[in-house]
Amino acid sequence: MTPALLLSLDEITRRYRTDSAPVLDRLQLRLACGEYLAIMGESGSGKSTLLNLIAGLDRPDSGRVLFEGVDLARLTDDAVTRWRRASVGFVFQAFHVLPYLTVLQNVALPLELLGVREPQRSQRALEMLASCGIGALAARDARELSGGELQRVAIARALVHRPRLVLADEPTGNLDARAAQQILLLLRQQLRANGASAVLITHSISAALTADRQLQLVAGQLRPLAATAAEAAIPTPGIP
Amino acid sequence: MSGGGRMHGALVAWRALTRLQLRGHPLQLLATILAIALGVALGSAVYLVNSAALEEFDQATRRLVGSADLVIRGPPEGFDEALFVTLARHAGVSAASPVLDLELTLPGQAPPLQVLGVDPFRAALLQPVLIGSIGDNVTRLFERDTIMLSRAAAQQLRLRPGEDLTVMVGGAPRQLRVIDILPDSLYREPLGIMDIATAQWSLQRLGRINRIDLRLTPGAPAAALQAQLAMLLPPGVVMATPAMERGRALSATRAYRVNLNTLALVALLTGAFLVFSTQSLSVLRRRTALGLLRALGVTRLQLQCALLGEGAAIGAVGSLTGAVLGAVIAALVLRHLGGDLGNRALSTTGPVLALQPLAIGAFVLIGTAVACLGAWIPASEAARRAPALAMKAGDAEPALRRLPTTVPGVVLIAFGAALSWLPPIGGLPLAGYLAIAALLAGAVLLIPALMRRATGSAARSGHATFDIAMAQLKGSASISTISLAAIIVSFSLMVAMAIMVHSFRNSFELWLVKLLPADLQLRLSSASDTGAFSAEQQARMAGLPGVARAQFRRVREIWLRAERPPVTLIARDIDPAHPADTLPLVRDTAQTAPIGTLPAWISEALQDQYAVKPGDKLLLPLDGKQQPLFIAGVWRDYARGNGAIVIARAAYIALSADHSANEGSLWRRPDTSAAALEQQVRTALQIGDALELIGSEQLRERSLMLFDRAFAITYALEGIAVAIGLVGVGVAASSSALARRAQFGMLRHIGMLRRQVLAMLAIEGMLMSTLSAVYGLGLGFGLSLILVYVINRQSFSWSIDLSVPWGQLGALSTALIAAAALTALWSGRAATGQDAIRAVREDW
Repeated sequence: MTPALLLSLDEITRRYRTDSAPVLDRLQLRLACGEYLAIMGESGSGKSTLLNLIAGLDRPDSGRVLFEGVDLARLTDDAVTRWRRASVGFVFQAFHVLPYLTVLQNVALPLELLGVREPQRSQRALEMLASCGIGALAARDARELSGGELQRVAIARALVHRPRLVLADEPTGNLDARAAQQILLLLRQQLRANGASAVLITHSISAALTADRQLQLVAGQLRPLAATAAEAAIPTPGIP
Repeated sequence: MSGGGRMHGALVAWRALTRLQLRGHPLQLLATILAIALGVALGSAVYLVNSAALEEFDQATRRLVGSADLVIRGPPEGFDEALFVTLARHAGVSAASPVLDLELTLPGQAPPLQVLGVDPFRAALLQPVLIGSIGDNVTRLFERDTIMLSRAAAQQLRLRPGEDLTVMVGGAPRQLRVIDILPDSLYREPLGIMDIATAQWSLQRLGRINRIDLRLTPGAPAAALQAQLAMLLPPGVVMATPAMERGRALSATRAYRVNLNTLALVALLTGAFLVFSTQSLSVLRRRTALGLLRALGVTRLQLQCALLGEGAAIGAVGSLTGAVLGAVIAALVLRHLGGDLGNRALSTTGPVLALQPLAIGAFVLIGTAVACLGAWIPASEAARRAPALAMKAGDAEPALRRLPTTVPGVVLIAFGAALSWLPPIGGLPLAGYLAIAALLAGAVLLIPALMRRATGSAARSGHATFDIAMAQLKGSASISTISLAAIIVSFSLMVAMAIMVHSFRNSFELWLVKLLPADLQLRLSSASDTGAFSAEQQARMAGLPGVARAQFRRVREIWLRAERPPVTLIARDIDPAHPADTLPLVRDTAQTAPIGTLPAWISEALQDQYAVKPGDKLLLPLDGKQQPLFIAGVWRDYARGNGAIVIARAAYIALSADHSANEGSLWRRPDTSAAALEQQVRTALQIGDALELIGSEQLRERSLMLFDRAFAITYALEGIAVAIGLVGVGVAASSSALARRAQFGMLRHIGMLRRQVLAMLAIEGMLMSTLSAVYGLGLGFGLSLILVYVINRQSFSWSIDLSVPWGQLGALSTALIAAAALTALWSGRAATGQDAIRAVREDW
């Protein structure tokens, strides 16, 4: 059975100056429910722009962004924000954990915004922390954590409210190889466990290969990741 | 590394950091420079105006006494002119000039005119230019009822040679013919010159003079000579050197000038706080860049010097700007308002602004030093920080949290409280000023601890907007302190001033009610030495059909000590058994006056300046005799800063046979209106404009209006200080909001509405300002106690009853909270826009 369509980008064009070339040029994208998609691209290729459009943080010059059939551009800013609050989770390269809250409070933040009261809020946050392997850090000051721990907190926060879609922007960009591998594994596990779809933006082919499908953003359009590039990413014995 | 190498490193670091500041935060830099400039401008303007006034006063005194070595002074009623003969014949005296130095009442005009009755030829021995200036008109001076006026007097009175000047002598007007106008080179102030004999005749002072200028024989031992001459003086006549003459105004106005300078210093210190807060925040904001510089090889000392150099540059630019601004302000004030800045004792004519390079240089140095002081702690902290930690992106609070503030804060507050108990030093409340400084510094140091306690104890509300705002405040208590220090200091000073002024006003109003109980007050226009109601005039007024009761007072100046201005003797009706019915007593004694003494009630100023108290005895020189007084009580007097003595009028008349009166109070019959009574009095006396009549209520209102006007400048200074503080808060809030852009962006990403983020900022601003207002109110109340019970008491000998203007304080607090919230909101708008959303991807 073909999985239902969660997200659809139809003929999306976006340019930042009327006299400049479009950053995204009649871009097409389909994301199914539960699908994990990786998008690669060089610096300046428009990956962040694409992510902002998907998240409703920006509007295209032309085309439509449909989430479960609803055109985000037709919604008011408040409505889009409320939709994002309930349906989207974010994992950032720089973690963006609030330094003056505890780990538990940081993870519970989306639930708090959604109006979930205590004690359910803390309970759900603790459960999420535990599933991410950092339940013991709940009471810790967020400022005291390492990069890897912070990204686990960020992943927990991104999924605590059971969003339909997770957007991860270079989640391993500030981590060493080992920590990055662990984070990617965790992300994948949590996505499967929560049944969420995800879009991963990454420079790393090996990170992209952890997703179900890989696309490349070139000249404002999405193409399948080149086979040779994918093959080149397969580890060869003897080569670290 | 050589010294030159060290300097080079510091210079490189300084250039890099300054470029960062100039490009990144020019407005913040400008606000800080303006704060220093305002502080220096106010301080230097007050100093320049006061200097000009004092210099002019000094010059005027020199002009009046010429080359005299000693000045003998008696009361306005004078002393026997035979004393002049005795002194002039003394072997140690080479020249002597008798003078009748009086202030004459001018009908319908204020102030009175100073007139010198001189022997032109003798006066010329001490003031050679006098004869030259008078010229051929010297013989015309001997004609009856003639006077020469200084140019300033002629312009003020709009008189020319040949016209008549009307003066009040006793209770009747008298005409003096103006025969010449004297050049400015002789006298710049409003003044009249008469021949002494003419003056004695015209002004009813036959056989009397009240001043003798002496030049001593060159080479004679001055101290011994002065002692010999002093023995020849009757009671109530004092001897002073020209330096003492000049010093009287200096000492009488010293407390007032020091207070004004202190107010200006407050503005400067608020600027220093602003430098501290902006430098601290900018160091925090640039900590990564600073860490990078250290990693690249800039030493701790070089970095510290570079940051101090930044502070010094801000201070220097601000101070130079302030010095120029201060000179402009001083010139405008001198030109349009005169040089007394509200203190009549310093009233002069035409004070000239003198730009004193040394003094201005000192102010520039002070402003620069103050800015360096503000930059010192942030510079030291930045130099101490390990480069690796500094370059790690993250919160800066832990660095500041390490700064020990609680214990030093408590110690400073205790120290300040202890200082407030000390007596005046050199007649000035120096310990009181230090107490205020210590309390302010201690209170600022306690802010982080109090903020953490206040925010930590608050329970989570369950609303994300409020809870995140509270968490932010709690987590950034030290940084918030930096932002709030300036506003808390200036707000608490404003609260302290508001309480002090309100208390003073209330006390002043009650004092007026006590001393002005009658319906109508009267006197000959403006206090003077020659205008007085005769006994017959008094009886006529008391017998008017509309008068239910009449009281009259004789007010005279009495010299107690040469180095101090004369005190005021007030002879009035008073019941010695119930003096509090008449006077606003603050202290008295149960003792009765010993036989042979006269009960007297002294003002607080006299009590402090002459170190006498109830139960003591005081000798009153009256008409050549010493009358022993018994100090029966102390009363509150806001009018006479040099001291006053009240004795019963009946006793005064018995001692002096002087039935005249300068002032009077009338109670009207119930069936007579105030206007009708006034008409009756004018008709009875027939002296036209010379009679000043005013209803007591009207006089009270006028006095209160003058009071409010006098404090308007104080309020203006405080308002400026609070505005500077608010600018600082706004700048800091703006800076902080920009630094938190990425956080705001993250919150927007996870679904917080923009208005929720703005509401969060507004809540932060309101919570901070509410804490500031509450804290500032408490601190301000404590400071007001020092202002009321220490500063005012020791500066001016004014006791004040404390009274808190709750309504005014509530309005001030509300305005502060609203202003700070709006400031936070306005500064957050820029930081919560689209850039915030993009900012999540700009960090590394």
